Amino acid sequence: MSTMTPTPPVRRARPRPGDSRRRSGRPGLLVYGVLSAVAVASIFPLYWSFVVASRDNSAVAQAAPPMLPGGNLLANISRVFDTVDFWLAIQNSLIVATTVAASNVFLSALAGFAFARLRFPGSRWLFVLVVGTMMVPTQLGIIPLYMLMSELGWYGRLEAVIVPALVSAFGVFWMRQACEETVPYELIEAARVDGCSVLRTFWTVALPAVRPQAAVLAMLTFMTAWNDFFWPLVVLDPNESPTVQIVLSNLASGYFTDYSLMLTGATLGVLPVVVLFILLARYIVGGVMQGAVKG
Amino acid sequence: MVVASTSPPDTPSPAGGEPGRERESWRTRLARWDLKGTPYLLILPFFAVFLGFGLFPLLYTGWVSLHDWHVVLGDQGFVGFGNFTRLLADPNFWNALFNTLSIFVISTVPQLLAALGLAALLDRRLRGRTFWRAGVLLPNVVSVVAVALVFAQLFGRDYGVINHVLGWVGIEPINWRSGTWASHLAISVMVMWRWTGYNALIYLAAMQSVPRELYEQAEIDGASRWRTFWAITVPSIRPTIIFTVLVSTIYGLQLFAEPQLFDPKGTAGVGGNSREFQTVTMYLYEEGVRLGDAGYGSTIAWALFLIVLVFAVFNYRLSRRIASKD
Repeated sequence: MSTMTPTPPVRRARPRPGDSRRRSGRPGLLVYGVLSAVAVASIFPLYWSFVVASRDNSAVAQAAPPMLPGGNLLANISRVFDTVDFWLAIQNSLIVATTVAASNVFLSALAGFAFARLRFPGSRWLFVLVVGTMMVPTQLGIIPLYMLMSELGWYGRLEAVIVPALVSAFGVFWMRQACEETVPYELIEAARVDGCSVLRTFWTVALPAVRPQAAVLAMLTFMTAWNDFFWPLVVLDPNESPTVQIVLSNLASGYFTDYSLMLTGATLGVLPVVVLFILLARYIVGGVMQGAVKG
Repeated sequence: MVVASTSPPDTPSPAGGEPGRERESWRTRLARWDLKGTPYLLILPFFAVFLGFGLFPLLYTGWVSLHDWHVVLGDQGFVGFGNFTRLLADPNFWNALFNTLSIFVISTVPQLLAALGLAALLDRRLRGRTFWRAGVLLPNVVSVVAVALVFAQLFGRDYGVINHVLGWVGIEPINWRSGTWASHLAISVMVMWRWTGYNALIYLAAMQSVPRELYEQAEIDGASRWRTFWAITVPSIRPTIIFTVLVSTIYGLQLFAEPQLFDPKGTAGVGGNSREFQTVTMYLYEEGVRLGDAGYGSTIAWALFLIVLVFAVFNYRLSRRIASKD
């Protein structure tokens, strides 16, 4: 497992345990108290969502809100599946998130490898351009993009969500960093001497070396794609091709507010991502910090 | 460096040489072409996607905004700055702009300050480091839709947990969806819940690369922890602070999902009965997508783009000044 760690630069800067300095002394109860309060605040809404999901609506409308789960979870889940086409939504979200994650990793690795390890005129300038695009609020081009998708005949189809997200500036930036850290020039030169083409060098030398960072990028991209809301709302047909997020938002738009239905849906919708997060927390936290510190 | 070592064995290829030699020269040329051209091929997908689905729509928005353009009917003719004149006189737009700025300020300022403090705590030598870090990041991986649904219940007027808790200290139930300030506060809480931990981790990453000698020095000089934080930590992570301010500005001013879903009418909502919490992006969605007025919607988009730009520059200057103290 430890080979998966993207070795956050953090570790290196940490003082060794032997260092005896007042500042780096063990924090007191107060620090743990504050952090515990923050952690509880982080977790509470999710826990609450689960509590409501496992009860019926009458429990929500009590004078004192219930704080423990009830026994109504399965009934509520089947109600969600009766109300909306949750299976189709899960299927669509899985298709979108998996495709986007896979293509992001591959295309970002291609570009990142080129920027990190190949010398070509304009590379520095082009890379600055890539980073610069991160600052462009592309969300504002939503109306022409919508018209473009209609023009292409992609309205209501998953292509409309997948294709614009196939590769991202963040991914390119990320994989360039990965290549600089883990692909030595010597290996590439050796491959070239052996007669490998650039593409073959990429495939046989660079790609296997950056597997850990690629895995982190895949997870981050998967989560982003799974959670995306605005663009799917604009370009997908909620009745024909919903994603999980669209279906969830529909649960909220009824005439009366059925909270246990809504929050059962919310619980189901976040479950895959939360489970993924809990399993891989180390890498995801490391990934977020690593991606940030080198910005 | 790669270039130097990669030219295959030198093979002068006189015209009409043996077939073997000819193939070699063909190979040489192929290898050279490979080395020169392939890099561009590798970065092509990114630029193709960005130009096609990022930059082009953004610029085309400008063109559409100069037209009377309906999503279904298409271009109904050039109207110059007609849409912009309409925008300037549109109370709904100004209302949306006010709401956006209000929510942006209420959510971003405390959020970034809290993130700084949280990062300073996480920077201590904690037991169970990963647990605390994961704990603060957890809200960020939850989808914004789910967050909005949960908070919609928590902020309920009659049975919401938050009003219930406020009742303990004698505060009357607040109707979080009807008042301007109440709704802005509720939406800001959602935004803060989702992003404070994320920003804290970004600050933490920056703090950990601050040279520890600086702290030792401060300690020798007898500086308090509080003073050390403001005199050393904050100035040292200045680039990161500027980065988070810029990112929060760009995303904060485009806020959409939280207020959109906070509305009990769901995705058809306009942000409360009297647009108390309709943001500019929601208004863009209402006009440009739901009502199909692409021309006017694009005008709103361009106005928002300019506002984001102005604020980004302003905030960049501001955060530079604040963070470069001493």
